[in-house]
Amino acid sequence: MLEKDARNTPLPLGFATPEPANDPALSLFRVLRDDDTADPAKDPVLSDATLQSLFEHMLRVRLLDERMMMRQRQGKVGFYGAVTGQEACPVATGFATKKTDWIFPALRENAIMLVRGFPLSTWLAQVYGNSGDVLKGRQMPSHMSARSVNQVSWSSCLGPQLPQAVGAAWAAKKRGDDMVAVAFSGDGATSEPDFHTAMNFAAVMNAPCVLICQNNHWAISVPSSKQTASKTFAIKARAYGMPGIRVDGNDVLALYAVIHDAVERARRGEGPTFIEAVTYRIGAHSSSDDPSVYRSDEEVELWRGRDPIARMDRYLTKRGLMTRAQRVSLEERIKAEILRAIREVETLPPPPRDSLFDDVYGTRPWHLEEQRAELARHEPVAPHD
Amino acid sequence: MRSIRYREAVREALLEEMDRDEAVFLMGEEVGHYQGAYKVSEGLLAQFGEKRVIDTPIAEAGFAGIGIGAAMTGLRPVIEFMTWNFSFVAFDQIISNAAKIYQMSGGKITVPIVFRGPNGAAKQVGAQHSHAVSPFYVSIPGIWVAIPSTPRDAKGLLKTAIRDDNPVVFLEGETLYNVKGDVPETDDDELIPFGKARIAREGDGCTIVAWGSPYYTALEAAEELAKDGIECEVVDPRTLRPLDIETIVESVKKTNRCVIVHEHWPYGGPGAEIADQVQRRAFDYLDAPIERVASLDLPMPYATNLETLVLPTVPRVVEAVRKATYAR
Ligand SMILES: Cc1ncc(C[n+]2csc(CCOP(=O)(O)OP(=O)(O)O)c2C)c(N)n1
Repeated sequence: MLEKDARNTPLPLGFATPEPANDPALSLFRVLRDDDTADPAKDPVLSDATLQSLFEHMLRVRLLDERMMMRQRQGKVGFYGAVTGQEACPVATGFATKKTDWIFPALRENAIMLVRGFPLSTWLAQVYGNSGDVLKGRQMPSHMSARSVNQVSWSSCLGPQLPQAVGAAWAAKKRGDDMVAVAFSGDGATSEPDFHTAMNFAAVMNAPCVLICQNNHWAISVPSSKQTASKTFAIKARAYGMPGIRVDGNDVLALYAVIHDAVERARRGEGPTFIEAVTYRIGAHSSSDDPSVYRSDEEVELWRGRDPIARMDRYLTKRGLMTRAQRVSLEERIKAEILRAIREVETLPPPPRDSLFDDVYGTRPWHLEEQRAELARHEPVAPHD
Repeated sequence: MRSIRYREAVREALLEEMDRDEAVFLMGEEVGHYQGAYKVSEGLLAQFGEKRVIDTPIAEAGFAGIGIGAAMTGLRPVIEFMTWNFSFVAFDQIISNAAKIYQMSGGKITVPIVFRGPNGAAKQVGAQHSHAVSPFYVSIPGIWVAIPSTPRDAKGLLKTAIRDDNPVVFLEGETLYNVKGDVPETDDDELIPFGKARIAREGDGCTIVAWGSPYYTALEAAEELAKDGIECEVVDPRTLRPLDIETIVESVKKTNRCVIVHEHWPYGGPGAEIADQVQRRAFDYLDAPIERVASLDLPMPYATNLETLVLPTVPRVVEAVRKATYAR
């Protein structure tokens, strides 16, 4: 068992403000205050319906993750990566961008697709990798992507999405298109060369993009303090020549305000922004990890107290935008919806065997045709094929 | 002899070499406090401390370069890639630097470094996480490539790798860590030399050359074929560079047939290299074309029904041997 020593304390970040409150890269931008009211000076002033919808989407992601982790434990799916505690950032991004904008996610932003209207059951079919999956059973679970909502899949190898997003944004500018690219990384992935390349090119090319680091304090077992010697992640932007903003990653209103500003700034041609969303991974890294060996329960409990969904719940309640009864029935409705979607996709047959040879190239070359024929000779064909 | 797991064998080699030589250290993502993503470095941090078991930020190019620098100035780094898939980020450091510094410095600067970690496909990890990387590294002069199939080979070859003054790419089988096998006692200090193949099973019906996890597929196929009276000779090269072509050729001279089984894609790579060498060195002895059983030539899918068709299987090996022996 690991010693839970000082080394395992994450950066002194948390919600503490390490430096002058007026420096956006070092302080923490928040809208939701400790008394569950919105700071009027920073409030993005969204409609009641939008506020309720933000809440609903976050709750859906939470319930979805719970169900799917259960399915994973029951052996119904091979692997799953939950985002528990980090629901606010993907949901806010979904609201702060246009559907024509492109999303280049890291590990924990698959839910943006749902906010952008991608069907829940099709999204879930990706986890099963079966014939209902638009990716044709090719990708590991939690690597959702769909061309229809301009969202690519995260790369199993950390980092490459960042320069790709900058390239996509730069190309849009060249084409005279008003698309903005939004790319994500975890705190861990900021150590990869691709992160630094992306930051540099984004600023040098003045590319219409927003790079967001979800600092959830841990990269599997490695705390953020072992990842960087910088005071914050946001401060890194300064050296590359773009604004860096540190925002409360468990405050969906603050995230909306900051991301929306950055996206529109990029759209106006005023350049890229780097955002650090300070949050926490409440659950395990993925279904294959046990976090209790490297971090303390107290730390997790501290962050449970800053739960983005509970905070928004209290805010809506206080403003009279949601009653207890409405809250309960909303949860019931979402649960039923998820169950229906699971039922719909769980029993779909696996992808057809010949699909194995598709999409390696646009047309199947002779050697793959030969392999297909040979395989058909040696391996008995299952009924679904 | 005692029987231990492959994982334990790798760990013992690290432990013994670190104990023997203070210049040896282990560096990589989560190798220390977490004790390795595959628990290969269990207990090493406790025994050797943070000076010699070093957790790094997530930057493969970074710690590959740090390791090369340390090797150039007298240390003997063992660099762990969490999986070899992530070594692609460090290609330039390994290929253009580690492999070439000795030659480019007029033989004055050695780079005694070992890059190691799990290689090949595991269960359902998809296109980007399933690479069998030997073809990429085996084509580079200046580095050795070891790919042990058994616990004993893993231990003996890793000890040799750490003591060698050349950079070594050491490919452990991601699916082999739990395989058990006989390994000599710790006091024996067994070193298995590079460039010496091992004949895992003797026979005169057909030579099967196999390494990595398909080595076990080949052995299983050989058992099956024996039931039909075809006795295969299974040769495990153990290192792909240097390659013990002599042992392979001698076996082919005896069996007059050759089937090569490996996990990586068929295009180029060590499978193609061995086929080329065998046909040139033993042409007059071959009674049939050399057959190859490789992964299908496509990125690994996730869905189980598709995934299981991609890697070499026992029926495919059996079929290839039957073809080579005209026994269909
Ligand atoms: C190039 C590369 N190196 C290592 C890994 C193994 N790995 C997968 S996720 C992960 C941690 C990622 O941490 P972070 O970027 O902070 O994202 P988080 O999981 O916290 O969301 C690591 C090391 C990888 N996928 N790719």
